[in-house]
Amino acid sequence: MSNQVMVQKATAAKTEKKTYWTRKRREQWAGWIFIAPEVIGMLILSVFPLVCSLFLSLTEWNLVGGFSAIHFIGFDNFVNLFKDNHFIKALKNNVLFTVGTVPLTIVMGIILAALIHKKLHFKSYFKAAFFIPYICSTVAIAAVWQALYHPSKGPLNQLLMDMGMSHPPRWLVDTGFSLIAIMIIYIWQILGYQIIIFLAGMTNIPDELYEAATIDGASGMQQFRKITVPLLGPTTFFLVITSTISSFKVFDMIKFLTNGGPNYSSTVIVYQIYEEGFERFQMGYASAMSWVLFLIILLVTSVTWMTQSKKVHY
Amino acid sequence: MSFQKFKLSNIILTFLFAVLSLFFLLPLIWMLSASAKTERDVWTFPIQWIPKDWNWVSNFKAVWMGDVSFGLFYMNSIKIAVISTLATVLFSAMAGYALSKLQFKGKAAVFSLMLAFMMIPEQATLVPRYIMIKELGLYDSHGALILMGIFSSYFAFLLRQFMLGIHNDMLEAAELDGAGFFRVFISVMVPLSRPILATVGIIKFIWTWNDYQGPLIMLNSSKLFTIPLGMQFFQEEFGTRIAVMMMASVAAIIPLLVLFLALQKQVIEGIAIGGVKG
Repeated sequence: MSNQVMVQKATAAKTEKKTYWTRKRREQWAGWIFIAPEVIGMLILSVFPLVCSLFLSLTEWNLVGGFSAIHFIGFDNFVNLFKDNHFIKALKNNVLFTVGTVPLTIVMGIILAALIHKKLHFKSYFKAAFFIPYICSTVAIAAVWQALYHPSKGPLNQLLMDMGMSHPPRWLVDTGFSLIAIMIIYIWQILGYQIIIFLAGMTNIPDELYEAATIDGASGMQQFRKITVPLLGPTTFFLVITSTISSFKVFDMIKFLTNGGPNYSSTVIVYQIYEEGFERFQMGYASAMSWVLFLIILLVTSVTWMTQSKKVHY
Repeated sequence: MSFQKFKLSNIILTFLFAVLSLFFLLPLIWMLSASAKTERDVWTFPIQWIPKDWNWVSNFKAVWMGDVSFGLFYMNSIKIAVISTLATVLFSAMAGYALSKLQFKGKAAVFSLMLAFMMIPEQATLVPRYIMIKELGLYDSHGALILMGIFSSYFAFLLRQFMLGIHNDMLEAAELDGAGFFRVFISVMVPLSRPILATVGIIKFIWTWNDYQGPLIMLNSSKLFTIPLGMQFFQEEFGTRIAVMMMASVAAIIPLLVLFLALQKQVIEGIAIGGVKG
């Protein structure tokens, strides 16, 4: 056995000396070959499109006219964007959406996770129960809520009328409530995700900390505030960034349930991109919106990064 | 498990949570119950949680045996999800291997480049991607969806992190046996990374299965529709027949629910990895 290995070693050493293909050179090539599909794929399908959309954002182009219909118009699209009531509405709605969903789900998530982690029996059942909506198809879930929200016959409004509310909100078809109705579904869907991430963070907190605190006479509430919350700083930070970003990308429910309506009351940036780009074929204008979205996401990430890196104690 | 855990307060709390979680799942329970009802009974109030007239069979037929059947959407979804998942796992594993175990010129630059790629939101590149797909002649084909979904620097990064933990001894032993880098990848790296490959595969499968935006933009013919687009098709067709719609929702959700319940640990771990390590 060992003889064989030695022989192989020897021949390997011999051939390495003789041939062009030294081990180092082979490793060099192997490295590039293994990384190539991913990098080339990302360059062509992600980076190149991003650059293209920057170029297109400076043009006026209706796709129907073909490539010859591209006109360079400088920053007009961006100027027009901020005069476009639908886009401003979308921007406002996105901000409302983030403010209304992110802090709430994170606070609820950490409290529920702490209770599940520390106090409850049948942990894995609760994990699963809260997590199920998150893995379900958003569109399928949206169809269910659409029925629940039905203005006159839906169970939700029947319940509200039963409780004495004579004119309950008309939810998805109500300009004042469409966005809120969608936010409720969204909160219901992502809460389980926040819980799972917090639970994963909590398993990394050593039990000794809690034991020591118990001996010192700290109550459960004190332990939560002085141990759990501070030590979950990095996890919370991660969730704030990712949830903010995903709330800015919300689209599926809005397209399926309201098409941004009624009267643009529930439109968001990605929906406006879809409408301008894929229904009106205004590729230049849609690209300008795409870049605004990209810059917002970049800004959110770097601002949270900068402010948090000072506060979070790892 | 310590004795202390069986405090009365914790048992009461568990009971309260059981009720809370039931409320949380009510929309899905309502969906199940409505999918077995007649149209008339769907709206009955107070809600009939157990249907009085079982109409399950007729709703099932409308969803699965109509002119445009859910079976077709299922086949399309399975095809796209399986191919995309396998290809994503392969390309990410290859990249992960190169970034964790191989030395080559420009590695550091490639790595930072891939971290930067993660910042690009898909939604910001929709327009040029759509035009590219049209120019390639792939519009309205499954190829378009597969091509758009198989490269992910996020998964490559996850796999790199895992593969860094594999001991070099294992690779050196294989090399002594005469294995080249490709053999090492196939017979050492892949088997040793099986848990994380499974996790990435499951997550990618779920994402692809539920993707709505991609097919919405890239597909046009109803015979190519995936399940989420099929749901929209049904909404346009049966929008007023709630029981049928609920049956369709059940059909869209069941495969993932089964997958989740069977592989709960991997799914939850997979989702959580992003949180703890990302």
